[in-house]
Amino acid sequence: MFRYIVRRLIQMIPLLIGVSILVFLLGHLAPGDPVRMLLGEEATAEDVARLHAVYGFDQPLPVQYFRWFSRAIRGDLGVSIRQTIPVKTLIFERLGATIELAVVSVIIAILLGIPLGLFASTRRGTLWDYLTMIVSLIGVSMPGFWLGLVLLSYVALNVSWLPMFGRDASIMGGLWTLVTQFRADELINSFRYLLLPAVALGTSMMAIIARLTRSSMLEVLSKDFIRTAQAKGLKKSVVVIKHALRNALMPVITMVGIQFGAMLGGAVVTETVFAWPGVGRLVINAITQRDFPLVQGGVLMMALIFTLVNLLVDVCYAFVNPRIRYE
Amino acid sequence: MKYLLRSKSAMTGLILIGILILVAIVADVISPHDPYAMDIWNSYRAPEGIGGTYILGTDDMGRDVLSRILVGSRVSLLIAVTATGVSLLFGVLLGAIAGYVGGVVDTVIMRSMDLILAFPSILLAIAIVATMGPGVINAMLAVAIVRIPAMTRVTRSMVLGLKEEEFVMAGTALGLTNRRILFRHILINSFAPILVVASLNMGTAITTEATLSFLGLGAQPPVISWGRMLALGREAIRTAPHLTLYPGLAIVFTVLGFNLLGDGLRDIGDPQLRGQK
Repeated sequence: MFRYIVRRLIQMIPLLIGVSILVFLLGHLAPGDPVRMLLGEEATAEDVARLHAVYGFDQPLPVQYFRWFSRAIRGDLGVSIRQTIPVKTLIFERLGATIELAVVSVIIAILLGIPLGLFASTRRGTLWDYLTMIVSLIGVSMPGFWLGLVLLSYVALNVSWLPMFGRDASIMGGLWTLVTQFRADELINSFRYLLLPAVALGTSMMAIIARLTRSSMLEVLSKDFIRTAQAKGLKKSVVVIKHALRNALMPVITMVGIQFGAMLGGAVVTETVFAWPGVGRLVINAITQRDFPLVQGGVLMMALIFTLVNLLVDVCYAFVNPRIRYE
Repeated sequence: MKYLLRSKSAMTGLILIGILILVAIVADVISPHDPYAMDIWNSYRAPEGIGGTYILGTDDMGRDVLSRILVGSRVSLLIAVTATGVSLLFGVLLGAIAGYVGGVVDTVIMRSMDLILAFPSILLAIAIVATMGPGVINAMLAVAIVRIPAMTRVTRSMVLGLKEEEFVMAGTALGLTNRRILFRHILINSFAPILVVASLNMGTAITTEATLSFLGLGAQPPVISWGRMLALGREAIRTAPHLTLYPGLAIVFTVLGFNLLGDGLRDIGDPQLRGQK
């Protein structure tokens, strides 16, 4: 197992170098001079040249890349041109919010998706089965950001308890207050802000999980050991939950892992809709302001997390399925 | 074809897509109003329903929402079809070469695909358009680029499987050129799974285009697109929720159509599922 992890980590190195080159080029091939935008049209050529030198924009591209890369692997992602704050600081301030949103969305998706799929599979061919599957097919086809907009205009506006935009304290902070001071108000407040963005982001994953749980359950329910369990006279609930569901969940768990990365991408847009102070919104704002170092840092960080999450999923999968390790 | 007609989901998908294509073609004729005509005295009119002057209401400039949705279907379809076409072309070509040639070529192609897959696809599309500048063409390219790896992987795995088949060996023994074997024999037989991915890709392409336009990176004014309508609707979310509801529903039904078709085609291609209801 250890050798497998080491091998996968080594395989990641060229990939991450490739990612860094791509991210660097994406930031530098963009039309428009960020320095010119920062200083305004009235700036003299000398001022522009001086600031170019400050940011190293006057060097050839390969030199700029190696300089940027050597700093980046030491954790220095440069300074935001617009906010004159280190990119790393800006990203880490907001990373927690993005991860919190993605994790809560996944939890909502699992908690609703698996029971929905289970419900449909045990009522195969009935009206309930069709209804559940139609709802989940619509869920898969729905852009999360649009659902967010609909939730804002039809739910948040009518339910005064739910705020429309922004974020309060973090969930972890709320939990800490609950444990140390026995006060739940902070945790409840965090959830009030988090609920709609998380539902908007998690719905498509919930639908995917429901569909997969159903098909996986149908396959397992047709197996011989299920018939044996039924023949033994076990209760239907025991057969379904203890025998079938346990075996049917394997592909679902894999799918959750794969989809978690996609959640990070979806979070970029959901954060913009709900003014959620995460990395995604930071990157989108940086794009409109042509803040190259911030765009590069944000995209690089998202790609890094995405790759690490995928690696973690593979490692977990290899842990439960030894055949993978020896391939 | 027999199975296609029997598959409920594929047929429902085809009907939805057919309606959409028809709407896109005759949008000018069936639009109740000029989609560009402003009527500032009637801005933010709520939907009046069938029989009313503005069936789905008006936007901030008093333009008819229904007419704009009908005309907006063109941009969504155009971007999705072109992007899927480009990703199909490059994906199939790269996948076929990777699978058939193997060795270093395979490694280089597949590692390049891994590079694209190392980013959440929507984030990469956003970054590409941000680099190249907003607009329909660039959005199309970005959507195409992020969809290439899926196509490449499917084609490669099909080619790898078919390469070992006897009919390929027979072709080689007959002295056919590699190009002829690859394109006339192997790829023809890989058609079904590629079509499934292409159909599912169409749905994703429509969502990605809408997302880019929503963020102001896709279609630019005066081009009408559903994503841009949603962006405008967001500005008036408190006063005119219908501006976000209806263009979004148009997106959902379109994506639903392609997903249903893709699902149906996949089930048809899977003999185990074919017999099931």
